[in-house]
This record gives sequence, C-alpha cells and structure tokens, in this order.
Amino acid sequence: MNLRQFLAEKGYKDNPRRLAEDLIHLVFLVLGLVAVGSVLVITIYLVVSGLPAIIKIGPVEFLFGTRWASTAAEPEFGILPFILTSIYGTAGAIIIGVPIGFFAAVYLAKIAPKKVRDAMELCIGVLAGIPSVVYGLVGMTILVPGIRILFGVPDGATLLAAIVVLAVMILPSVINVSLTALQAVPREYEEASLALGATSTETYFRVTVPAAKSGIFTAIVLGIGRAIGEAMAIMMVAGNVANMPSIFRSVRFLTTAVASEMSYSSGLQREALFSIALVLFLFIMLINAVLNMLKTGGKNK
Amino acid sequence: MIERISGKRRAWCGMMRAFCYVSVGIVTILTAFMILYVLSRGLPHITGQLLFTVPSMLRNTIGILPDILNTIYIVIAALVIVLPIGVGAAIYLNEYATNRKVVEAIEFAAETLSGIPSIIYGLVGMLVFCQFCGLGTSLLAGALTLVIMNLPTIMRTTQESLKTVPESYREGAFALGAGKWRVIRTVVLPTCINGIITGCILAIGRILSESAALLFTAGFAHNLNGFIKGLSSAGATLTVALYVYASERGEFDIAFAIAAILMILTVIINLLTSYMGRLMKRRNGQ
Repeated sequence: MNLRQFLAEKGYKDNPRRLAEDLIHLVFLVLGLVAVGSVLVITIYLVVSGLPAIIKIGPVEFLFGTRWASTAAEPEFGILPFILTSIYGTAGAIIIGVPIGFFAAVYLAKIAPKKVRDAMELCIGVLAGIPSVVYGLVGMTILVPGIRILFGVPDGATLLAAIVVLAVMILPSVINVSLTALQAVPREYEEASLALGATSTETYFRVTVPAAKSGIFTAIVLGIGRAIGEAMAIMMVAGNVANMPSIFRSVRFLTTAVASEMSYSSGLQREALFSIALVLFLFIMLINAVLNMLKTGGKNK
Repeated sequence: MIERISGKRRAWCGMMRAFCYVSVGIVTILTAFMILYVLSRGLPHITGQLLFTVPSMLRNTIGILPDILNTIYIVIAALVIVLPIGVGAAIYLNEYATNRKVVEAIEFAAETLSGIPSIIYGLVGMLVFCQFCGLGTSLLAGALTLVIMNLPTIMRTTQESLKTVPESYREGAFALGAGKWRVIRTVVLPTCINGIITGCILAIGRILSESAALLFTAGFAHNLNGFIKGLSSAGATLTVALYVYASERGEFDIAFAIAAILMILTVIINLLTSYMGRLMKRRNGQ
C-alpha cells in the first residue's frame, strides 16, 4: 500500500487538518510511552547485567554467603551481610521514625491550629528537601563522634548512626502521606463519635486513625522504600565495612555496596555489583507491589 | 464534660496527646537544628574566593565555581528535556487517551519510576547513556539520567493541574470550531501553567539534592567549562562535590559551606512551592 492510497483510505486527503491532529495525537502517545519504555529499559538492563554473575557465583552462595571479599586473591561474593544490614537498618529506621511521624501527623491533621500547621508543613518540606549528602555530613560530624563518646565504642560509624539518619530521612514522607490520609476521613465519623460521648483525643485515635488505616500503612511502606533505597547519606555514616550487621559495628548496605566499589571495579566484581543492584531492585519491586495492593484495597472499601 | 470521664480514660487521652506534642516537638527541633547547625558551620566559610574561583593545586585553594556552573548546566539541560516529555505525557493521559489499558500502563510505569532508588538510576544511566549511547561520563549523561528520575514528578503535577481546568473551557473552544491541538495549546495549557511551574520547581529541588545518580554518570571533575563543552565533559555538581570534599578529602569547612548553600536553596525552593500552591488554590477557588 503506498502513501497516497493510505491517505485516501483514512480520509486524510480531503482533510489535511485531521491528518495534523492525528499526527499530534501520535506524538503525545509516544511522549506518554517514554515512561513505560524507561521502566522496561531499566528492568531489562538490570536483569541482563545482573544475572550472569549470580549464575557464575551460584545463587545460594551469592545470596546466603556471609563473606564479601571482592578484591581478595580468591574473591568471595556473599551478600548476606548487605541484605541483612539493609533489612535491619530499614527496620530500625521504621521503628524510630514511624511512631514520631504518626503522632506528628495526628497532631497536624487534627489538633494543630491552622498557623502552626502551615509553619510545620514548611518545616517538613524543608526536611524532605535537604539533600541526602547534607544529612550524611551532619551525621558524620555529630552522630558519629556522639555515638563513639556516648557508647564508648572505638568507631562511631555504625549501623546505629545509619538507622538514626534513615529515621530522620523517612520522617517527611511518613508524615505527609499519613496527614493526607487522616485529612480525608469524613467529618461525620468524628462527629458521630463525639456525639456518643468520646473525648476529642479518643475520637482521633479510635475513630479517625482506624478509618485512615490503609493510608497510614501506605506511609509506612513508602518509608520502607525510601530507607532501603537511600545510599549517599548512609555511605557517609555507616563505616562501609562488609560486616554482618550489629548495632555497634561498621556495616555496608545493598546500596552502599554498589556505590562504594563501582568506581574501581572490574570483571566478575563489577558484574557482582550489578547483581547486588538487581537484588535491591527486586526488593523495591516487592515494595511497589505491596503499595499497589494497599492502594487498590483502599479504593475498594 | 471533662470531669465526667474516668481517670483511666483521662490518663490515656493525656498520654496520647503528650506523644503528639513530643513528636511534633522532635520534628520542629530537628528541622531548626539542621538549618541552624549547617548555616552556622557553613556560612563563615562562604567567601568570594570559594564562590568565584576554581580549585588550584598551586595556591592550595579550593573554589567551587565549576561545581556551581555544572549544577546550573545540569538543571537547565535536564529541565529542557524533561519538560516536553513530562507535560506531553500528562496531556496524553488527560486529553487524548481513550484506551484504559494504555493509561494504566503509563500510570503504573510512572509510579514505578518514582519508587526506584537513585543509585539504581545511576547504575542504569551509566550502562545506557555513558556506555551504550557513547556519551561517556558527562554532564549530559547525568542530565538524561535525571530526566527519567524527574519524569514522574512533572507528569503528576501537570496532570493534577490539567484536571482542574474546567470542562466548559474545552467545550467552549470546541464549539467555536477549534481543533483539539489548538484547544490544548491556547486554552488548556495556559490555564494550567502554574501547575507546570510547580512541577519545575519540585524537579529543580530534586536535581539540586541528587548525588547517587550523578556519581557514576556525571563524574566528579572540577573543570571550568562553557555550557556546550560542559555538557560533553565530566563534572561534579554541588552535592557530589560536597560528598567528595567531606568523605574523601576531609575538607569539612568546604563541605559545610556547600551544605549551607544547598540549605538556603532548599528553603527558597520550599517557600516558592508553598507560594505556588497558595496561588493555585486561590485561582481554583474563584
């Protein structure tokens, strides 16, 4: 089919404006598909460059090996220390950050006067906008020496320092998402509870919070995603040694393992770093799936 | 009314309220501490020499002019590329799309992109832009990586403001005989310009604070270049320079000076976004 036939068949010949409109439609469709394409490219590249090393090293040895010695004469590539550090670090950050974020969100959504809320929203915006390297820098100069002196450990660059930094870094997203969820609870629920004789505080915690449950879970899962993906700040405070995790030991996370060796890596070591990124990516995808479930679950109710 | 509730209930209420106040107190003190500490340690070290010179081995001085310029270049390059794509994608979703499946796929992709950690962007950016596309370690490769990172931000803010454009505007224009593209160009887009600007400000904030994605894509050179030459050669942005000076060279004074600059920019960006938010709310209220 030649071009002229095609144009006539679609009715473009008599109507050049329609041709232009359809072309523009096509352009916008392509722009829309850039996001889809990016996700595909990222996934494909990570799998293609991450799988070979996992197969070469052996999946069990790679995932459950407890020793990482990538530059040794007989290199060993066990990433269990990184996986566990990422899990412990994230869990620690959630345990510290979520309660603070949750109570702050309840206060801002329900108790705070309008002026206080506006000021706090600005505070949280700033907290969210501070670059992670600045958190790392402050952690390096305050937390690390602080932990060394306070707990009498030889080096303050520990898992504990990383947990504190991560807890601070997830606060803004935990607060913002819970805040939105709490504000979306219909006023009638609260009024009914107040009419039954509950105090305002009881109403907030026993009626509003349960009603906003799925939003608050979303906030926690989002916090987990933030914490597990953070690299630069914890690279500066966690000491960056491939130990099994312990609260007062220098540790290395999945993210920092990639970041710290990438610049000088080669051969199997480099491939193994891509494999670590692939493992991290799978964690993030799992978290995304949970987020999606929470969202659709919240809508169905 | 208060007197009639039992002591146990009153204690519980008091405790919960106390938790609230303590938590908000912690957040406030934390923010105030971060700002004051960084400014107090950084501001004294911001000198003319730091801001307007290049690092010199001979005189043993450090200047961050190249890093400042690199940051500006990368912000401009990333925005110029991401704006058409992001706004276009949002227009497609809101104005053109009829196929539910395609819309879902695009929205799912955007959500996935916003959850991917920056270190993974850095890695894939290095593989795709630096190696596969042959750009090498350069600001352009870094900017392209940032484009993908910021795509969801621009898409979301544009889409939100497209949704607030009243359907009657479009119908009025259509009734006058305008084609779809003309309606979008002359009626829809001008109405939601504030949303697009907000998206830009948010994206600038994210680009300024990004470091992990740039480490392997844009590198950490401190050379003074013009815009075009700068884009094709490696260069550190302010955040990357901060990291290098703090962690690898132990120059904490310089690091804090950069941190103070970044902190001031963060505060300005937040004031701008909240101003834009109020502006949009007022306009939508009318």
